[in-house]
Amino acid sequence: MAETINEVQFSEAGMAEIQRYISHYPEGRQKSAILPILHIAQAEFGGWVSPEAMDKIAQILNIQPIEVYEVATFYTMFNLKPVGKHVLEVCRTGPCCLRGADQMIDMLKQKLNIEEGETTADGMFTLKPVECLASCGSGPMLQVREKYYENLDTEERVDAFLEMMRNTPVETPYHQVSK
Amino acid sequence: MGLKILTEHINVPGIETLEVYRKHGGYRSVEKALKTMTPEEVVEEVKTAGLRGRGGAGFPAGMKWSFLAKPEGVPRYLVCNADESEPGTFKDRYFMQKNPHALVEGMIASSYALGANTSYIYIRGELMFILRILEKAIAEAYAAGLLGKNILGSGYDLDLHVAPGGGAYICGEETALLESLEGKRGNPRNKPPFPAVKGLFASPTVVNNVETISSVPWIINNTGAEYAKVGIGRSTGTKLISASGNINNPGVYEIELGVPVEEFIYSDEYCGGIWKGKQLKAVVPGGSSVPILPKELILKTAAGEPRLMSYESLSDGGFVSGSMLGSGAFIVFDEDQCIVRNTWNYSRFYHHESCGQCSPCREGTGWMEKVLHRIEHGHGHQQDIDLLVSVAKQIEGNTICPLGDAAAWPVASAVRHFREEFEWHIKHPKEATAPGAVYRGQLAEVTA
Repeated sequence: MAETINEVQFSEAGMAEIQRYISHYPEGRQKSAILPILHIAQAEFGGWVSPEAMDKIAQILNIQPIEVYEVATFYTMFNLKPVGKHVLEVCRTGPCCLRGADQMIDMLKQKLNIEEGETTADGMFTLKPVECLASCGSGPMLQVREKYYENLDTEERVDAFLEMMRNTPVETPYHQVSK
Repeated sequence: MGLKILTEHINVPGIETLEVYRKHGGYRSVEKALKTMTPEEVVEEVKTAGLRGRGGAGFPAGMKWSFLAKPEGVPRYLVCNADESEPGTFKDRYFMQKNPHALVEGMIASSYALGANTSYIYIRGELMFILRILEKAIAEAYAAGLLGKNILGSGYDLDLHVAPGGGAYICGEETALLESLEGKRGNPRNKPPFPAVKGLFASPTVVNNVETISSVPWIINNTGAEYAKVGIGRSTGTKLISASGNINNPGVYEIELGVPVEEFIYSDEYCGGIWKGKQLKAVVPGGSSVPILPKELILKTAAGEPRLMSYESLSDGGFVSGSMLGSGAFIVFDEDQCIVRNTWNYSRFYHHESCGQCSPCREGTGWMEKVLHRIEHGHGHQQDIDLLVSVAKQIEGNTICPLGDAAAWPVASAVRHFREEFEWHIKHPKEATAPGAVYRGQLAEVTA
């Protein structure tokens, strides 16, 4: 197990951010920082949280690995298997559907030649349906990392969005953005 | 234009900075409360205001505050519920994005009233960009001596932190939120004990919504009595409404409670009417969890009175012919929308978001989704309609938290008001599943 843990290392900036979150909670309640740390891990380790990363988090928080596993598997934002360069989190909930989300999702599936939950063969895109992103007035919409892309209600807009994303580098990890 | 308690300065350039926010009167309530009022006096003002929780339940905030246990030597906490995840609701996201210092100011004034020295804003994990906006505002407040030790020389200390969730709708339920904030799965707790007695880290805790907390500074600055003059009846003050669906002007509107629903839908000041020149079919007036109402019942009550945007008027008639103001998420359906498809969509949402702790919710949400899926996709049976009603009934009231009710109400109300449409789907599967198909029959008659 020790070797497994050693396979992942947070960056210096990531560790500083982790310590900052831990300091927000009372003595002995460091486990409270688990969700922010999972977000940091996902940003640092390629967009997903591996068992090794979860073991590392358990070690940092001085808790059992199972305590991290049970949290990571409960919350839908944490990807538990490798994902593409850009994860398209597509809102498929009622209000967005009233404005054409179903059609947008169909277009994305067709243009990327993948189904929901899948990654394109070139590893560029993962299509991840999500439940409501609090942008109901400007649907259909999707989120990539921390950015909203709204009113994707025509084929032209969807095409333009995909073209832009193909030319967009992966952005700065979580902890660096927050500085 | 009505009174703008929350959004008066929301479009001022730079209002997200401390400097501009203070130029427009920001943080006056903190100065006033900490220097001239006791915590008990602040609580009394909020009670006098009649401010009701803006997250959905509508429970009086001042009363909730007064329930807080105050044992000696035990910390108390204020937790802001910024886990806005109800389909249709985006007012808190919009508000925090545009005017983060208003929430920080509300958190300081409210924490002082409750005797909390550490407070948290629990925000949806999906809203990391808002988390950064809030953290920036909090850092500015610390630097200006508005947070930290001995705030403004008053002797009062407060630390304020933002904590992200991880994508679970159930964490909007206050006890599930507390579990999540403690680093656990978001499983709701049994009540009692209520959070006011045993909340975060087993200490007395108040959990309030973003909009509720952000209303407190105006109340302190202008008195609770002035706030109570705004609105109608026990629906005092203003309310942020997030309007979405098939309307010309979707967006967030601050209204004085009591505006007629018809005015809200059709006036250019608000929704601007139904888009593409179509007819209104139905409205979900308070977020996906509240009952849907057909055109006739959303514009007028069963007694023929104009329906108003208020807690009382929207719930007039109970669930037979009324609904709820809820979180203020106003979702409008035009004549081309399929009620069965929409109901299936919401059912899928609640099935997906059930935490799985209680059998009626865990199993029942899945059954409802499955039955609705087969009706929508042309494989329904006539008895499915009564089966839906039966399953909804067995979920309602039989779970630890209100997610079960939230899953049951949209289904039960859709069948109640649009039964003909469900029957049409079952009797005409090929027509119903054709692209763009929608039932064109008469809407269900008004039944008081």
